[in-house]
Amino acid sequence: MSHVMIYKRFERFWHWSQALLIFGLLITGFEIHGSYSLLGFGQAVKLHTLGAWALIILWIFAIFWHITTGEWRQYIPTREGLFAVIHYYLIGTFTGASHPYRKTTKAKHNPLQRLAYLFFKLVISPVIWASGLAYLFYHDWPEVLSQALDLQTVALVHTGAAFAMLVFVIGHVYMTTMGPTLTSLIRPMITGYEDLDEEAPEASRKKGTGA
Amino acid sequence: MASAISGNNLLRGIMVVLAMIPSVFAATGPQPTADHSKFKALQGPFESPEQVTEACLRCHTEAAEQIRASTHWTWVYQHPKTGQELGKRNVINSFCGMPITNEARCTSCHVGYGWEDMKQPPPTEDSAVDCLVCHDTTGDYWKFPTLAGFPTDIPREWPKGSGTMVQPPDLANVAQHVGASSRANCGSCHFYGGGADGVKHGDLDSSLVNPPRSLDVHMSPDGLDFACSDCHTTWGHQVTGSRYQMQARDTLGIDVPGHTDGTRASCASCHGTEPHKYQKLNDHVDSLACQSCHIPEFARGGVPTKVWWDWSTAGRLGEDGEPLTEYDEQGNVSYLSIKGNFRYRENQVPEYAWFNGTVEYSLPGEKLDVEHPPVLLNRVDGSPDDPESRIWPFKVMAGKQPYDTQLHTLLVTHVFGDDDTSLWSNFNWDKALQAGSDLSGMPYSGHYDFIETRMYWPISHMVPPAEQALRCSSCHSADSRMAGLGGIYVPGYSGSVWLNRIGWLIVAATLLGVVLHGIARMIFKGRKRP
Repeated sequence: MSHVMIYKRFERFWHWSQALLIFGLLITGFEIHGSYSLLGFGQAVKLHTLGAWALIILWIFAIFWHITTGEWRQYIPTREGLFAVIHYYLIGTFTGASHPYRKTTKAKHNPLQRLAYLFFKLVISPVIWASGLAYLFYHDWPEVLSQALDLQTVALVHTGAAFAMLVFVIGHVYMTTMGPTLTSLIRPMITGYEDLDEEAPEASRKKGTGA
Repeated sequence: MASAISGNNLLRGIMVVLAMIPSVFAATGPQPTADHSKFKALQGPFESPEQVTEACLRCHTEAAEQIRASTHWTWVYQHPKTGQELGKRNVINSFCGMPITNEARCTSCHVGYGWEDMKQPPPTEDSAVDCLVCHDTTGDYWKFPTLAGFPTDIPREWPKGSGTMVQPPDLANVAQHVGASSRANCGSCHFYGGGADGVKHGDLDSSLVNPPRSLDVHMSPDGLDFACSDCHTTWGHQVTGSRYQMQARDTLGIDVPGHTDGTRASCASCHGTEPHKYQKLNDHVDSLACQSCHIPEFARGGVPTKVWWDWSTAGRLGEDGEPLTEYDEQGNVSYLSIKGNFRYRENQVPEYAWFNGTVEYSLPGEKLDVEHPPVLLNRVDGSPDDPESRIWPFKVMAGKQPYDTQLHTLLVTHVFGDDDTSLWSNFNWDKALQAGSDLSGMPYSGHYDFIETRMYWPISHMVPPAEQALRCSSCHSADSRMAGLGGIYVPGYSGSVWLNRIGWLIVAATLLGVVLHGIARMIFKGRKRP
């Protein structure tokens, strides 16, 4: 058992500011969609646009961080152990089994997490961004685009992706409560440190390049 | 592109600065170079208004010819796009019908004297042009409502039976105090269309003579104090900005003299095509007329406008055989034996339609689709796919009017005249319609009924300060003003019912899933191995 930095400072900053922005964007976005009236349409649009730009900038930094640190490897999907994890969430958690996955700083996401986050990063987010930017700038679409696409289609895709985002958030938030205690998975995301069953950090760093 | 934007910004900046010091301009106004009271020719006395015109024309030698070339004189407008011959001489409206056979009443708003027979063109003498109705600054000159454009020359009672006597104007004094046309000059006819104050347009009534800023930021003396002609730019007595062919989208933007079309009768003429600070608002300019957001309601000046006029009930008399006048709860006239039933509205929310500036009329003689009332007296052209079109606000006038049940055409009603056939003298539809046909020469089978009609009146006046413009949610909400208007996706209003159903269903299923999973975890907690 070792007390290690599992979520680095930038990673935590990225995660929590992204979380804040996504909540804000969901709240303002569904108001723009007409689901309810809270801030008023104009104010919601302003905040939504502002939040979208902030999230885009954050992501540019995050992408840079993932590439330069090699942390993108954390999201490489694997089938190995996937069904064991699914089995745990569906059955094992009720029968008192312990989580089948052993996280390390080099592989801190279990196979199901990897799939979920990869889907978030490669499908939901890009679709939301592309449709959102098209939505925001529909007035400036080049001729080719405006002949092939209309605002309604873009709006429907954007809304669809927003529903997917909402479902992800609900699932994600719930899953964070599934550690040994309700908050034991959330605490490391705040402090950065977690107790892991792994070799000393020095050792893992030495063999890290082989991953 | 970049330089064009900065040019616009510069101009806008200049205009913002100009707008900050309106009082300087408002206080000075146009400064005439002549004091007409010093002119010998205007000392009078004048026996008739024609003599005043003759005096005017001694210096303003071309004015009469210019007027006679204008729509204000001919009441004929050849539509360049539809080919229809329009103008007051030709069109029928949902208020008083047509001027023909009702001349002396209707031609009281002709910019001349003595047009007694609409089958003939207006009088040809130069002296028949009425200079004073547009240029009087005293307010004493008034074309009497029943004298074919003449002011009264003797004290006359008006309204009939009111006991109020209208005095003849002091023509010499009026002649010596002529000037540029003010809102009151234009308004003396245009505010009273349809027979009384505010009846016809909804966005033009006597409240605009001296409006507060909240009613009209441009025309208010506390705002820019614009005269009508500040926007309806006029050269050689030709007034721009006619309703018969409107510019639904002005792509020229700010009108720089010599570089554009020489008219400021569009908002963009001064405000440009990107008038808002916030780009998302400028994105609306493509599909929305400025008026759609910036005139949130019309008839806001305290003068109600007529929205329903049912001619079919006209002619009902009291037990004493006398014509009736009835009032609604607001104190507006709701029934007159001479005109039928009315409904009025104040602070009325417009209806919206795609409009490219062209209006087609159902002219007398045109066959109506009587199987599908209401019939449209005019149709506004435009569609979402037409780049000339934008969404415009309209007053929709509704009512019932006489039509020929065999020929399926609208009928001319002879309402006015001291004779045995006019509706207003005899309250007899058979006679009035037969006379309308006989006198106008328009065909009539002798069989009539009343049919419901609609007429579209574009709204362009009564622009309040920007902070009174519509809120985003006026359109971007479930209760959208754009409801029913096709061809546009309005975020907050439009959307896919199915996407919403499926989306929320999946969200609900996920929530239910985690709640059940969580409950199950709590239940099975005790079973956990140490």
